Amino acid sequence: MKEATPVPPVEEREVKPRARSAGAVRLGRISEARHVGLVLAIVLLALVGLVTRPENFATTSNLVSILTLASTIGVITVGMTFVIIGGGIDLSVGAVMALASVWATTLATQSYGPVVMAVCAILVGTGAGLVSGFLIAYGRLVPFIATLAMLVAARGLAQRMSDRNSQLIPSDNALVELSTTRVLGVPLLVYIFALVVVIGWLVLNRTTFGRRTYAVGGNPEAARLAGIDVRRHTMLLYALSGLCCGIAAIIIMARTTSGASTHGDLYELDAIAAVIIGGTLLTGGRGSIIGAILGLLVFTLITNLFILNGLDTADQLIAKGLIIIVAVLLQRRSLETRT
Amino acid sequence: MSEDAPLLVMRGIVKEFPGVRALDGVDLEVRAGEVHCLLGQNGAGKSTLIKILAGAQLPDKGTITLGGAQVRAANPTAAIRLGISTIYQELDLVDGLSAADNIFLGHEKASLGFTRRAESNRAARELLDRLGHGEIRPGGEVGRLSPAGKQVVSMARALSHDARLIIMDEPSAALSHDEVGNLFRIIRELTAQGVAVVYISHRLEEIREIGDRVTVLKDGRTAAVGLPAKDTPTSQIVSLMTGRNVEYVFPPRRTEPPGAEVLKVTDLVVPGVVSGVSFSVRAGEIVGLAGLVGSGRSEIVEAIYGARRASGRILLDGHAVRPGSTSRAVRLGMGLAPEERKAQALLLDQSVARNITLGGLERFSRFGWIDRRRELAEARTLAETLDIRPGDVRRPIKTLSGGNQQKAVLARWLVNGRKLLLLDEPTRGVDVGARAELYAVIRRLADEGIGVLLVSSEVPEVLGLADRVLVIREGAVVHEAAARDLDEHQVLDLVMATSTGGFR
Repeated sequence: MKEATPVPPVEEREVKPRARSAGAVRLGRISEARHVGLVLAIVLLALVGLVTRPENFATTSNLVSILTLASTIGVITVGMTFVIIGGGIDLSVGAVMALASVWATTLATQSYGPVVMAVCAILVGTGAGLVSGFLIAYGRLVPFIATLAMLVAARGLAQRMSDRNSQLIPSDNALVELSTTRVLGVPLLVYIFALVVVIGWLVLNRTTFGRRTYAVGGNPEAARLAGIDVRRHTMLLYALSGLCCGIAAIIIMARTTSGASTHGDLYELDAIAAVIIGGTLLTGGRGSIIGAILGLLVFTLITNLFILNGLDTADQLIAKGLIIIVAVLLQRRSLETRT
Repeated sequence: MSEDAPLLVMRGIVKEFPGVRALDGVDLEVRAGEVHCLLGQNGAGKSTLIKILAGAQLPDKGTITLGGAQVRAANPTAAIRLGISTIYQELDLVDGLSAADNIFLGHEKASLGFTRRAESNRAARELLDRLGHGEIRPGGEVGRLSPAGKQVVSMARALSHDARLIIMDEPSAALSHDEVGNLFRIIRELTAQGVAVVYISHRLEEIREIGDRVTVLKDGRTAAVGLPAKDTPTSQIVSLMTGRNVEYVFPPRRTEPPGAEVLKVTDLVVPGVVSGVSFSVRAGEIVGLAGLVGSGRSEIVEAIYGARRASGRILLDGHAVRPGSTSRAVRLGMGLAPEERKAQALLLDQSVARNITLGGLERFSRFGWIDRRRELAEARTLAETLDIRPGDVRRPIKTLSGGNQQKAVLARWLVNGRKLLLLDEPTRGVDVGARAELYAVIRRLADEGIGVLLVSSEVPEVLGLADRVLVIREGAVVHEAAARDLDEHQVLDLVMATSTGGFR
């Protein structure tokens, strides 16, 4: 939202002082406040980390591991943000990523080398997204159902292709270097994550595609009557989400040196939760990538803190659940003050 | 109850909405056992009056007396308890429930929270039989019924409340000729039992057939109370409906002849609604479509825009429009200001600027990359040209008045320059003062060489603004003439006359 409506600069001509829209200013302030809330949460969690684990938390290796942990779901979250702002939902992301990783690591694909493996992952992800998108846009299936079916089917196909085995990638494969090669102490795959976020932000906020995504999600009928090809756009949104799953597959292959049908289990829930915590409306038409990524970082930090402190993962899940509720309640309040 | 003591008396009812006085001292008197017809043009205040009776809205002033006692229907449930049932134009049934469930919705036959299905089905059966529709199964899903069947269920619901007064808002709109006959039979049975019916319809012929007395509303006031429905001459009724207090200011028509043909429609057919319509629109010309709601005028516009499946030839500047593809229509140079502004045109959360540029983003973008500085500059220029107020285009559009929102919708189509603008009820929800401005804007656009097709249910608006008028009735063009050669009476006569059989 912040990037959607920047606070007006003071270059207005002939605008009456009253018209300097209290509404617009307040809107800007609240959306900032929402991100501020997430940043505060991150700072708070970091403080908790510093206090409880002063010796481990603020180390380079821990911070890098947080970012590495976040990068797989982070890339998926970018695609998910587009889909949800566009008024849909994609439940298949984790399964599609698994399928892409399996397809890219079969012996046959591996024999063509790392570049073909990466391209294969991306094509499989995008292809699966296109199929879901086609069914939703032109077959008029409800997104929830179409992507649920894709989730189940892609997971099954991944199991069939891999015989439920983890397909290992030899450590001399160049893909693995994405994880091992570091620039300024940070693995390459974190740069991929960052790049996807930046490109995603630019596409959402600076291109016609992004603008139309807001329109299609906010009022599909108005978008259609304004001459936007809503169906084609909807299909492309799911293809984009699939593309992100393909990129995420490359990252997870590099991190785990394997492709497996078990990769990415329940990633869809984390991605959707991150998007929602980040202030994106589940009904579409409103949302932000920055918020979603901050939301994801909150989640990742919680996981990290629980691990560092040797706490039960069950409590970790409870904490995450509470955070989702609190975030959504706060959002609703800010929406109410707006209207 | 004697013939002379009225069942319902409404006196001096006033209802104001922000910017509009919808009702300005309306009187209504309905006797038990009569069919009382409510007539008036769109916007005369009929719907508001019904809503007040039904308890959906509270009047600001005025008194309502029912059966001799003053009442106050604070909400729909209270109105029902008083014995007032309403059958709305858009049937308010739940498609997924059975007929019996719908009939007893809100006052279910139940004990300890468990519905007594058999009893409720039996009671529903009786009501449906009484209405002469034994073929409707109480247990059947309402969603599977025809519009007429749903109407019967709605009526059974009204009866289930033991209503003393039943309000029917255009009950015949969705019905075929035979079904209307059946509706009238039911109404006669009800009135024979002493139930009063307030009947709203645009079809004069129906009013003559079923009505006892007529009350005419005009601009939120009562123009006439209790006229005999059978004997009042049509000309008197029409002049009561049209003699208006509000004067519209229309911009002068252009004097030079219009330019080349922009739009050519040949044999346009929308199955069930439009039965073969042909006409054309020239550059710089405003062509008005006059017709009632449901006459097919909106469907004609939607078909031209490619938003609705239809057969026939639609050529824009010689290029064929593809049905079902609005994006092609826009590429060819059309623009639409749809009927439901909020639902069909606006992104309410977004700024005025973004609403303006939505239809023409290509203009400021290269390879999909938007030049936001140019976008904002263009939006500002257009906002200034059309005098959109307030002038800050970064305000959310929902903070603007209806008239200014409509100007933003028009501005959307000026971004890339249009050959043809389709305006469906452009002044709906726009207050009287702002209308004149909109009229001036529309005329100016035409003067700049854009062809305009204007749809409006307000006859004076069509006559005042358009150069040429097509009168649409029941999906066909029944008359075409230069606007200056027509007057309101003539058009209303043409619009309301019921065809003898023919296309439905």
